[in-house]
Amino acid sequence: MTPGLFHILFISAALFFIGVYGFLTRRNLITMLMSIELILNSVNLNFIGFNKYLWPNKMDGLFFAIFIIAIAAAEAAVAIAIIINLYRSHNSIDVGNAEELKY
Amino acid sequence: MTGSTVIFYLLAALTLVSGILSVSTRQIFRAAIYLLFSLIGIAGIYFWLNYQFIAAVQVVVYVGGIVVLIIFSIFLTQQAGEKLAKQKLGRKIFSALAAFCGFALTMLQVSQNTFYESSEDAVPVNVAGIGRRMLNTNAEGYALPFEVVSMLLLAAMIGCIVIALRSKPETK
Repeated sequence: MTPGLFHILFISAALFFIGVYGFLTRRNLITMLMSIELILNSVNLNFIGFNKYLWPNKMDGLFFAIFIIAIAAAEAAVAIAIIINLYRSHNSIDVGNAEELKY
Repeated sequence: MTGSTVIFYLLAALTLVSGILSVSTRQIFRAAIYLLFSLIGIAGIYFWLNYQFIAAVQVVVYVGGIVVLIIFSIFLTQQAGEKLAKQKLGRKIFSALAAFCGFALTMLQVSQNTFYESSEDAVPVNVAGIGRRMLNTNAEGYALPFEVVSMLLLAAMIGCIVIALRSKPETK
């Protein structure tokens, strides 16, 4: 079977729900961040697949993917700064220990 | 099965298997390495789709940037050789069930939907075209989002510095 849009959507949906599974089961903030990266990547794959197979005359999906990558990079940097700060004050990066909003 | 099809299935298997291992392994460092392979698999799929620029961006930003950042933060926050705490079996089962039901529902919708392909000619996706569109101010240009994202990156950079600053002992 020649790969087409359906195959790309299959990979994308599978990766999205792998990320959701990881987000629901993990209790460590860094591994939860990894699950979020998987989810964002599946979204990018979706945009690129639709752009390639349904609208090859346009480049909008590509630009959405580029902007999502930029925002994901900013989000990961801020998240890791927060995680390291949390580790300094609580000595743990388990979500169960991060109960207060302000320290 | 042509060579191209075989390569596609290999890339898909690499992406999905390392994604599953990344969310299921109990050693956090291995989880980061499996995530790296999953992201490389996605970059390979972009190459397979002939979108070289986005594949290069994927390798540079995710594989070279975010995964390295995650590995550094693992070094800073985890004790060596310590495994992650075991999760309750019930939580695992219900999470897997929720994820599987969502996946089944999505794939059911996708398989029943008919997609209409555009009949117009394909535009070549090269770096020159992307650059022209990116900095164009007409109806199909992306100059405004480009500027907004640059402001966002600046704000994120300053925010990271402010958050990660060591607070003085007396203010604690």
